[in-house]
Amino acid sequence: MSILVLAEHHDGQLAGATAHVVAAAKAIGGDIDVLVAGENVAAVAESAAKLDGVSRVRVADAAVYAHQLAEPLADLLATFADDYSHVLAAASTTGKNVLPRLAALKDVAALSDILSVESADTFKRPIYAGNAIATVQSADPLKVITVRTTAFDAVGETGSATIEAVDGAIDNSLSAFVDEQLEQSERPELGAARVVISGGRGMGNGENFQLLEGIADKLGAAIGASRAAVDAGFVPNDMQVGQTGKIVAPELYIAVGISGAIQHLAGMKDSKVIVAINKDEEAPIFQVADYGLVGDLFEVLPELESKL
Amino acid sequence: MKVLVAVKRVIDYNVKIRVKADHSDVDLTNVKMAMNPFCEIAVEEAVRLKERGIATEIVAVTVGPKAAQEQLRTALALGADRAIHVTTDERVESLAVAKLLKQVVDAEQPGLVILGKQAIDTDNNQTGQMLAALTGMGQGTFASKVDVKEGTVDVTREIDGGLQTVALTLPAVVTTDLRLNEPRYAKLPDIMKAKKKPLETKTPEELGVDIAPRTAQLKVETPAERKGGIKVGSVDELVDKLKNEAKVL
Ligand SMILES: Cc1cc2nc3c(=O)[nH]c(=O)nc-3n(C[C@H](O)[C@H](O)[C@H](O)COP(=O)(O)OP(=O)(O)OC[C@H]3O[C@@H](n4cnc5c(N)ncnc54)[C@H](O)[C@@H]3O)c2cc1C
Ligand SMILES: Nc1ncnc2c1ncn2[C@@H]1O[C@H](COP(=O)(O)O)[C@@H](O)[C@H]1O
Repeated sequence: MSILVLAEHHDGQLAGATAHVVAAAKAIGGDIDVLVAGENVAAVAESAAKLDGVSRVRVADAAVYAHQLAEPLADLLATFADDYSHVLAAASTTGKNVLPRLAALKDVAALSDILSVESADTFKRPIYAGNAIATVQSADPLKVITVRTTAFDAVGETGSATIEAVDGAIDNSLSAFVDEQLEQSERPELGAARVVISGGRGMGNGENFQLLEGIADKLGAAIGASRAAVDAGFVPNDMQVGQTGKIVAPELYIAVGISGAIQHLAGMKDSKVIVAINKDEEAPIFQVADYGLVGDLFEVLPELESKL
Repeated sequence: MKVLVAVKRVIDYNVKIRVKADHSDVDLTNVKMAMNPFCEIAVEEAVRLKERGIATEIVAVTVGPKAAQEQLRTALALGADRAIHVTTDERVESLAVAKLLKQVVDAEQPGLVILGKQAIDTDNNQTGQMLAALTGMGQGTFASKVDVKEGTVDVTREIDGGLQTVALTLPAVVTTDLRLNEPRYAKLPDIMKAKKKPLETKTPEELGVDIAPRTAQLKVETPAERKGGIKVGSVDELVDKLKNEAKVL
């Protein structure tokens, strides 16, 4: 078996997600290569070469791969996918954008968001917003898979894989990058934070999210939100936790003014400890919370901040 | 410009699902079904393009059992001009749906194809990307804004770090995210009118597509339930529990 992992990277740095995807690759077993595709990605390749279990890092460094557009990336992957039994990527917006395109180019099915590796061809994955878990077996010669990174512990960084350049340029006349508005934050990444504190519609407005910030500062937490809070314009879209937002599984998840719709629970119910703060004692969020506090968040949050 | 919209019949998003006792699948008997929420957004976007004079005709397509006609009629009531129903009772994977849609695209030659970003039953998030690959089109996935220009379309995409805008050569594939628009409800007179709009049926055989699944669903289980916890009476108690019981502070 030989497995290709598509590296996830941002701003010239390897994203933490990749170490989790390599862990899934190790669970499958076999030789593991990592593909780093982008522009000016030498530093990313160096970091990828340190991931335990990786034998070779292949680097495609060219302007056409900047911004990770799906069209050239899928074409690139398709040129050497035949060398592999599996192609894996994180179930990030990049992985979800690129891998199904690759799968169709190779006429194979794609498996989204796997939670576990049962064997080299059998995997578990969530369906119906995580309210059911399906065990699926692929009959295709090439398995194209996105990995739920929270379900696999990251591999270490003591490796020393070889790094080699991929040649042969791909051109792309289908799509062009226009611009990007990336949210800048000093806080840890939502998907990787040890503590996440999220606000919902109950926060009332965007300014009130400052009540969460003081607590997040003290706990080194990332800040998330429900869809209702994002839709209402309180906070940007990249903060949405849930079935159609980010999936998080921190050690501590604090839900504030969030009712607990199944679509929200789908994104956080694998957190180790869940705290819910809500003024409605009937709110469904309390059914999954380890510690529930019924109260007005405008009173509870300042008190909590002062007592941490 | 002709716009093709793919809609899927799925379990209503409010329904709490049950797994069958034999673990073969989720139990869909007597369960309320509806149009996939992301497909509603896709239909709405097409209708708005028509209202703005950009789209000239909207064709709605579904792949599924006879009952999926209901969702096509909904699309027609919302403003689609005609519908195509690819009928099958089989479980159709995203790859096969994409292949069927490619046949429809080849026949209809739309300027834009709009799909949902994901079906809330399989949660696959694959079909649009696959269709784009098979038809050799560019893809604007997870769209929160679609701006059709001369020969191109600018699509603003919801990505992990924020928003990204790409320009795609037309024809192109767009998949919708939640914030692209807020779908309208169908009005009763439109629902009546929709009954008379053309609805064509085709089979996978007629389209020459092999829909045999590539994956086997071996088992479906209910995830481990979280045990309900406790209610604490005060912030002090909460902090104490988090420190000394859960040990997460
Ligand atoms: C296809 C689809 C996908 C979706 N995907 C997602 C997703 O990824 N993520 C997501 O979150 N949602 C998602 N949703 C939406 C989901 O169904 C809910 O509508 C949403 O999660 C509700 O957000 P909320 O809990 O913030 O708001 P509400 O349900 O309105 O709850 C607000 C809560 O705040 C409490 N509250 C109000 N004031 C106070 C106060 N002063 N102090 C304390 N508590 C207070 C209220 O008691 C209430 O429980 C999706 C929906 C669909 C159809
Ligand atoms: N059976 C189907 N019929 C029509 N469209 C579908 C079907 N399955 C998926 N789609 C389209 O593809 C989108 C994404 O679905 P998926 O990739 O399966 O999660 C849906 O929102 C639909 O627009």
